[in-house]
Amino acid sequence: MSALAFNPVVAILLIPITAAGLLALVPNYRLGARINMLACLITLLVALSLFVTETPPTGTYLVVDDLNIVFIALNTFVGFTTSVFSASYIGHELATGRLTPTYLRFYHAMYQLLLFAMNLALVANNIGLMWVAVEIATLTTVVMVGLYRTHEAIEAAWKYFILGSVGIALALFGTILFYMAAQPVVGEGLDAMTWTVLITRVAEFDGPLINVAFIFILLGYGTKVGLAPLHAWLPDAHAEGPTPISAVLSGLLLNVALYAVLRFKMLMAANPQAIAPGPLMVTMGLVSLIFAAFMLYRRRDIKRMFAYSSIEHMGIITFAFGMGGPLANFAGLLHMVMHSLTKSAIFYAVGHIAQVKGTQKIADIRGLTETHPWLGWGLVIGVVAITGLPPLGIFMSEFLLVSSTFAREPLLAILLVFGLLVAFGALMLRLSTIAFGTPRGSTAPVKASYVPMYAHFALVLIAGVYLPAPLVAWFRHVAALLG
Amino acid sequence: MDGLVFDIAHLLAGGLVLVSFMMLYQGRLYALLNGYALHALVLALSVAWQAFAQDAPHLYVTAAIALVFKAMVIPIVLHRMIARLGIHREIETVVGIGPTMLAGMGLVALSMVVMLRVTAEADPLAREDLAFALSVVLLGLLIMVTRRNAVSQVVGFMSLENGLVLAATGARGMPLVVEISVAFSILIALIVIGIMLFRIRERFDTVDVNVLDLFRGERR
Repeated sequence: MSALAFNPVVAILLIPITAAGLLALVPNYRLGARINMLACLITLLVALSLFVTETPPTGTYLVVDDLNIVFIALNTFVGFTTSVFSASYIGHELATGRLTPTYLRFYHAMYQLLLFAMNLALVANNIGLMWVAVEIATLTTVVMVGLYRTHEAIEAAWKYFILGSVGIALALFGTILFYMAAQPVVGEGLDAMTWTVLITRVAEFDGPLINVAFIFILLGYGTKVGLAPLHAWLPDAHAEGPTPISAVLSGLLLNVALYAVLRFKMLMAANPQAIAPGPLMVTMGLVSLIFAAFMLYRRRDIKRMFAYSSIEHMGIITFAFGMGGPLANFAGLLHMVMHSLTKSAIFYAVGHIAQVKGTQKIADIRGLTETHPWLGWGLVIGVVAITGLPPLGIFMSEFLLVSSTFAREPLLAILLVFGLLVAFGALMLRLSTIAFGTPRGSTAPVKASYVPMYAHFALVLIAGVYLPAPLVAWFRHVAALLG
Repeated sequence: MDGLVFDIAHLLAGGLVLVSFMMLYQGRLYALLNGYALHALVLALSVAWQAFAQDAPHLYVTAAIALVFKAMVIPIVLHRMIARLGIHREIETVVGIGPTMLAGMGLVALSMVVMLRVTAEADPLAREDLAFALSVVLLGLLIMVTRRNAVSQVVGFMSLENGLVLAATGARGMPLVVEISVAFSILIALIVIGIMLFRIRERFDTVDVNVLDLFRGERR
């Protein structure tokens, strides 16, 4: 037992779940917000210690390898910065009476539970356990999306609930089929669901059966990634829930679902009889990218617009992993990290903007750089970053992806560039009215914490200008693992 | 003896598909709910039979959950909710019965073709079960898309979920089956609470409690 207590993998699960229990009991919301930040900080530190300490031994239920450690670090980092943002965000919500202290207690507990579920999904070595964790994450976010109890919020939560449940049901069916394929080879019981066992034996599995299983898994977890045509829940859930949740949804939960798909993709790639999962992912990615890029033009709500931008970027990432090969995988990983950092920072800015203007309608928000320079320029940097302009990090990853695709499949690359340009135009068009022009709406000063937002932008800028060699080596190694 | 075990398992799984078809054309909510209760009952029997056939006592727990929770508690709660909301007279189908049944038959044929072809080497009991389970899942999806009412969508989802439990119990020795069925039951309970909030909210909007409150406030 003493060995367990010092196991950092167990710790990144135990800390959030303990904090969730504790926060449910703390009535004071200020104290709650502090505990929330503290718990996230400790989890982050423990997660970072995974890099320096030797990798803990692989268990039947939990595993840490070079792939998921990247996701864990990203998850806990954005989880921490969002908790800092959330502390200043909820103060305003409380002042305007949109939330009551009772709801906040519930909100903080749910926030930690969500982080727990995402960490569990990332470290799970058992495909059934991973599924359960993704389900818990879905449920907690559903509850949080409906937190405001407005008609729209409940409707959005409902839509998310139904689509998310169907997605998760399909993923379970896929998981069961995978077990069926594994059982004759590995034998009955837990081993046939343990990922590290599966990957060593998968070559002997029945090819057609795991083909069908993968299609169910791709559709199921793909719903949670927000890939078109299964994305319908995503814009509503982002627009109607509290903004910290939009940031966590876009920045983290979509990645976690994608991670689940990647794990199964690695299994598929190791089986010679199975179909190549690449083309399926490339198609879904491209469709999402181009569809979302066009949808960006018709948006009237600022949070909804950035939700569509998330669909677009998840499409790009799925495309990259679908292409495969060291270069495209590298680009996909880098893009995923950069997108998480940038998009959550944009949502931090948007959250404060919506609070100060009292509206999310794009038409009612104008001239932000004049009235609120810190917020306005923050949003400008964010949009410049997310549209892939140099010298920020997303430019790097998109450039890598486009150039590697041009070398292999020029036709696909043209479609990819087309989608990117369409999205670029839409976002720039909207940005010009939001950030510049004659100010409209409230000009009241805002009490906001800019640190998380600008910290993310600084990281994205540094990554765009100079990627440290150890990091490049690490990403290259993981890209090779992904095949 | 082996033949009989197989036949009964086959019969029960096939029965589940049949009840799914019955639910597909029910226009009234009460009838749909009764169909669902029957669906859950057949599932409980089927799971119990699998527990016996595979000699896996933990599956009896799954069967008991299906029997108590899905075949009794949920239908009764939903029944009351429908009565209180006064929507029991509503008839809702988007597509006509004929095309819906044809689509259902198509889906069952599809799942037979797909599953029986790809599972040629698997254990025959699991193989047939899986084909039926996929049919139940697809029919559940069809029920969901052909209805607009929130309650009937949930009933469709719950029948879909029964198909998943059938698949999970059919896979010999699959761990976590009980846990998964518990997790799903919690999910369903939450959905039911969700509808309650959702529908009641709608009621309040139409009945408009605010107006009532204002009126009362002025009289005092």
